Amino acid sequence: MKKLIRILALSLSLALLLSLAVSASAEGFRTLEEIKASGQLTVGLFSDKKPFGYIDEQGEYQGYDVYLARRLAEDLGVELVPVSLDAPNRIEYLQSFKVDLVLANFTYTDERAEQVDFALPYMKVALGVVSPDSALVTAPEQLNGKTLIVSKGTTAETFFEKNYPDVKLARYDTYTEAYIALLDGRGDALSTDNTEVLAWAIENPGFTVGIESLGSLDTINPAVSKGNETLLAWVNEEIRKLGEENFFHADYEATLRETYGANADADSLVVEGGVVE
Amino acid sequence: MQGLGIHVLFEGINFQRLLGGLWVTLRLALITIGLSCVFGLLFALLMLSRKPAAKVFCRVWLEIVRFMPQLVLLYIVYFGFARIFGWDLDGETSAVLVFTFWGAAEMGDLIRGALTSIPRHQAESAAALGLRKSQVYRYVLIPQTLRRLTPQAINLSTRIIKTTALVKMINVAEVLKVGQQIIGQFYRQPDAAFWVYFVIFLLYFLVCWPFSVLSGYLEKRWA
Repeated sequence: MKKLIRILALSLSLALLLSLAVSASAEGFRTLEEIKASGQLTVGLFSDKKPFGYIDEQGEYQGYDVYLARRLAEDLGVELVPVSLDAPNRIEYLQSFKVDLVLANFTYTDERAEQVDFALPYMKVALGVVSPDSALVTAPEQLNGKTLIVSKGTTAETFFEKNYPDVKLARYDTYTEAYIALLDGRGDALSTDNTEVLAWAIENPGFTVGIESLGSLDTINPAVSKGNETLLAWVNEEIRKLGEENFFHADYEATLRETYGANADADSLVVEGGVVE
Repeated sequence: MQGLGIHVLFEGINFQRLLGGLWVTLRLALITIGLSCVFGLLFALLMLSRKPAAKVFCRVWLEIVRFMPQLVLLYIVYFGFARIFGWDLDGETSAVLVFTFWGAAEMGDLIRGALTSIPRHQAESAAALGLRKSQVYRYVLIPQTLRRLTPQAINLSTRIIKTTALVKMINVAEVLKVGQQIIGQFYRQPDAAFWVYFVIFLLYFLVCWPFSVLSGYLEKRWA
């Protein structure tokens, strides 16, 4: 019993020590000057999320985020060092200073903004509505009295409940079920993130995304470690400058056009110069 | 959606990359298993020592290893050390550290168990027959210990091999991560995931199976 207590006390003090050390974490990010001097920019990217960040069959990083990462490294005159990360540990990589910058389809939220510093947006996500060509829905008002298919718990569900109460909602548990319901004609249209419906409509002839951007916008932004002001200022300035040459439209054409098809409007996704209309 | 999804593995250099990932898995596992054996032996000797401090030390170490998920340990070493002490270890080094920390304790416990399971009278009888201490170990204790240890040590080794899959969370592109990257290239091909995971299953089998065969052979030879 005595031994047990001793062991317990020891492990407790160990845990205490560790938590103390965590709370006293030092500022360890690299400033713009330090990055330039090292000749390398480490960027956290997705390696398995086509078309935003992925590794192609030649083993090369590709995608919308990667296109931007390459340009940033080039303009800085340094080598791009990609670091593959996953959605749940994006913040961790910045907080432990393992990467200088994260470009991984990182959606701005207030909660995240307390832990990392977001730069200006370079992409936006909103709701889209897809419907059959024979009865194309081009404005949300057309849905009044009709049935709209949504997935449970999505922003589409809450958006239509709140703003268009006259639209009848057919709720399904999964995306797959919802799309099958639309194919079966169990509803007049389907709504979810515009990136999703745009890609789906390409795969399913006879359906078109009549409304490409609806509801409150979420933006996708680069992120740096909290307090890394020199790098943040440089990235912001760079995004403004790139906007002047319509860089992000070129990025869209190079990386996203294939997924969203010839008819999709780049402006429903792309943000130029950090300005969201 | 053309034909069987297995073709995704043979696009470009995908298959080469998958084998490259397997090599990373294997290298990591072999280094870890080797180090675990060495440190495991030291750990066992420490556990058998009569000093209370050594016993408590081993006990705490072993309990930490047992109740902490390996992923948490990996995060502490990879992210935590960088944050707290500014030690920026790369993914593979962190993984070797963590898995050896784990493997050494478990291996040590197995060795201790195997050693103490041999009845005391065997050593005493051997000594009574006039064998020197080194001879008692050489001819009586070590052979029996090894035989009792083999199945468990092999079991631990295959567990280490499989657990290395966790390192994909700390930027090491081992076989599973490369597989997921290949699936990511073909997200419109619904059965791509099945084929990629199936091939990964075969690769893991090919790596772990020889250990199992070796174990069976050794047990028979030493029987």
